[in-house]
Amino acid sequence: MLSIVEKDFGTPAPRPARLWKNVGMRSGGDVDVAAKLVTLTIDGREISVSEGTSVMRAAALNDINIPKLCATETLDAFGSCRLCLVQIDGVRGYPASCTTPVAPGMKVTTQNAKLAELRLGVMELYISDHPLDCLTCPANGHCELQDMAGAVGLREVRYGYDGDNHVYAKQGGEANPRFVAKDESNPYFTFDPSKCIVCSRCVRACDEQQGTLALTIQGRGFDSKVSASQAEDFLDSECVSCGACVQACPTATLSEKSLISMGQAEHSITTTCAYCGVGCSFRAEMKGEEVVRMVPNKDGHANHGHSCVKGRFAIGYATHTDRIYKPMIRAKITDPWREVSWEEAIGYAASEFKRIQAKYGRDSIGGITSSRCTNEETYLVQKLVRAGFGNNNVDTCARVCHSPTGYGLKQTLGESAGTQNFDSVMQADVIMVIGANPTDGHPVFASQMKRRLREGAKLIVADPRRIDLVRTPHIEAQQHLKLRPGTNVALINSLAHVIVTEGLVKEDFVRERCEIESFDKWRHFVGDALHSPEAMEAVTGVPAAQVRAAARLYATGGNGAIYYGLGVTEHSQGSTMVMGIANLAMATGNIGREGVGVNPLRGQNNVQGSCDMGSFPHEFPGYRHVSDNAARDLLENAWGVNLLNEPGLRIPNMFEAALDGEFLGLYIEGEDIAQSDPNTQHVTAALTAMECIIVQDLFLNESAKFAHVFLPGSSFLEKDGTFTNAERRISPVRKVMKPKSGYADWEITQLLSNAMGYPMHYTHPSEIMDEIAALTPTFTGVSFARLDELGSIQWPCNEQHPEGTPTMHIDEFVRGKGRFMVTEYVPTSEKVNAKFPLILTTGRILSQYNVGAQTRRTENVTWHSEDRLELHPSDAETRGIKDGDWCGIASRAGETVLRASVTERVQPGVVYTTFHFPESGANVITTDNSDWATNCPEYKVTAVEVTRVSQPSEWQKRYREFSERQQELLEARDAADAR
Amino acid sequence: MNASPDHLVQMVNDIAGFFDAEPDHDAAIAGIENHLRKFWDPRMRRKLIAHLQGGVAEIAPSARAAIARL
Repeated sequence: MLSIVEKDFGTPAPRPARLWKNVGMRSGGDVDVAAKLVTLTIDGREISVSEGTSVMRAAALNDINIPKLCATETLDAFGSCRLCLVQIDGVRGYPASCTTPVAPGMKVTTQNAKLAELRLGVMELYISDHPLDCLTCPANGHCELQDMAGAVGLREVRYGYDGDNHVYAKQGGEANPRFVAKDESNPYFTFDPSKCIVCSRCVRACDEQQGTLALTIQGRGFDSKVSASQAEDFLDSECVSCGACVQACPTATLSEKSLISMGQAEHSITTTCAYCGVGCSFRAEMKGEEVVRMVPNKDGHANHGHSCVKGRFAIGYATHTDRIYKPMIRAKITDPWREVSWEEAIGYAASEFKRIQAKYGRDSIGGITSSRCTNEETYLVQKLVRAGFGNNNVDTCARVCHSPTGYGLKQTLGESAGTQNFDSVMQADVIMVIGANPTDGHPVFASQMKRRLREGAKLIVADPRRIDLVRTPHIEAQQHLKLRPGTNVALINSLAHVIVTEGLVKEDFVRERCEIESFDKWRHFVGDALHSPEAMEAVTGVPAAQVRAAARLYATGGNGAIYYGLGVTEHSQGSTMVMGIANLAMATGNIGREGVGVNPLRGQNNVQGSCDMGSFPHEFPGYRHVSDNAARDLLENAWGVNLLNEPGLRIPNMFEAALDGEFLGLYIEGEDIAQSDPNTQHVTAALTAMECIIVQDLFLNESAKFAHVFLPGSSFLEKDGTFTNAERRISPVRKVMKPKSGYADWEITQLLSNAMGYPMHYTHPSEIMDEIAALTPTFTGVSFARLDELGSIQWPCNEQHPEGTPTMHIDEFVRGKGRFMVTEYVPTSEKVNAKFPLILTTGRILSQYNVGAQTRRTENVTWHSEDRLELHPSDAETRGIKDGDWCGIASRAGETVLRASVTERVQPGVVYTTFHFPESGANVITTDNSDWATNCPEYKVTAVEVTRVSQPSEWQKRYREFSERQQELLEARDAADAR
Repeated sequence: MNASPDHLVQMVNDIAGFFDAEPDHDAAIAGIENHLRKFWDPRMRRKLIAHLQGGVAEIAPSARAAIARL
């Protein structure tokens, strides 16, 4: 079922030669070619539309609504239902308006007696094989079939309902062989074949929008029916539960279970998803303050009406019984919690922080901003730390994911952000995916990428694992560079070597746009035979011929676009690799226009935003170093305080300082460092050493088990603000219900700041954005009003780019000339040996999200209820491990136990796991090693040994004991109501 | 459990590992120095300096030179 507020124009807008123009860019070179207009007459009205528009769409754009069933705007025209027939002067018969493009001078009639008779006949046939339970049907009130029956004036069905049908379980007292019972296997939606009209919208949505091709029409003629994989249950099929089919269905055949239980929504509010860095726009369809369903916004600039299983369905956590709605405090972490008023909690927190500062010095406390909270909330936390605490001890979870992106891109290109918008991929000819798994991590963008690949773009994947993208329906990577974990820089250098030594450098681009001295140095460096694919083969494990082929393809295959993820950044040389990628893009001229670029796929919904907002200890909002006097002056004047000009502590440094007894108080907003950060035992030792930890979160998460103050946070549904996605796109987040704890997160930070003695008086998040805009050169054109007007804005947005900047570095790089960096390969110190012969690498899965705090509290556990260790059959065999066996994984840092999944997705010598469940202890094994420039942990390379075991690890036993104890302390809490 | 200055030594050696690729030795030292100034909390710099003064550490020559400039 479509959104209750969107108008469906029936067929997609035509795609011009250049689909998305660079709104706001100075350059005239890359602007949309004006679409040619075609003028025709529909029902006597003269209408002008872009060339390539269908007659149906042209009519709908002018409020002439031609009846339709199989057509919907998000899918290509299909022409099967025969309801949208029209008459066109000079054309024989009755063409379908959805498949007929407009032509100059065309005269179209959409309503006359003959057309009415034809449509009535079609509807009569449809309804003769459809149940008449409209009043009790979930689609009631928003059913396209019902609407069309009304539109054509259906009053009787001459064929009756007793004939051959798919509707009734029994026919003439016998079982009806055509009847298929309702499939309720998927936790979020049902499939009721008795209501199906075989319009194929679901099948086409799965093909065109999602690109999984899990659905098909089985049989022919009256036998035709929708089938998931090979007549399997939806849950057992290849279905990834993105819900595109449910949205496309014009009847109740595919319906959300929430819609079935709650009925139709009565209003709809546009907001932005709080899961990954794609940042899909959604319409929260509401009944009062309850969400009936989330429907991806057709006009969403990042997702164009598509979504994944997390964003559309996995919102149950927001109302989960585990949520805590009342503030709590305790003096020691071995004490039971005590529920208190907001006033008391804030007062206690502030007095503790002041006490610690008085005793141990101004620099002994700090804060962690959340990449899940809004820009406004993040900005406030860093402001509280810098202005209220009086130090720069502020960091964010980007530290552990994309901090090398910020560093590496700033050094080379001049701005700490990706260079494109997502739509740019539709102009790419060669797509290189390095250390990213988009179909799991960034599914909605992956669907767009797959669409482009099905159109013929070439694909290079550099990943130790055979990720799904390597081979998926109608897509096969030209090259899968299956490198050893930890050898990224060796690989990028050998790719660069081929480009430099085979004359594939785009010399004119480099001469005009880059620092030539840096280029010459780099060319000399990578040109050395030491970096040749042949010389590096022993290091990377990738056959030299494959590296050469990939380099040639990227450099000469047209528009080359690089997409990368945490497989690039979470290494001891993460920053080096990011610079290596930028070098490659500059050397081949693949930057500064649509279809190319360097594109980090950001992990969390607002990880870009949290970095933009000045969450790093060395940078103010807008990536201005704390030693930048002009920026500091500006902020000091606005904030009315003196600011430090020296960087503060980063998250791992905070842990070290805590163990040194110098850092004793930490305010953590919406992050779970005890689960997400590496070397868990080191982290928990540091947390235990602190005297006051304030956790602001939805749940008593792993870190909160070490906390002294718990401030109940609000979900994304409970507040106003903005998120910034991986494309630098700022999108509105809108309150659809009151904060369940009484306060939105920005209000809680403000309360704490006021109690600390640094006053803040915002009455609405829009005022915070106004302050950000006033103080940040790349945000000067951003405001809530402007966001409402444009839908979303990609920064920089200022006088030069009033509508934002989809593509960066067009005429020149942000830093002026692009700078090549010499990227020496330095092997990680985390080495395999006889004791730890395997390399463990980590990643994510589609249905779960990061530490799982949200998705574990939804039905998504149906797909993934535990973390498993993937290992290759040969490694499994030598260790006597079979699929499903418990196996112990030991590293230099610690030991844990997981069940084994024996699979050839991983190469021999490499094992892999996810980290969505705290009891898995994936981070008990990961080490303190980190990126040289940013301290981003080396999650992707840990030397381990795996053995078959029969019981949990010592750590897991201790963890279980500690967690049970903390749960008891929560349950034994002295409830405020009870007092 | 106490935080070990060895970790700071490892971190500064990692930083030197990147900048040592720079053929101009002086530029490499300047790069390390700049990095430590821009990204390290002064406490970390002080702790490292104290550690180096107090004993022997296996530290890259360029890193040692950079630290001397702090």
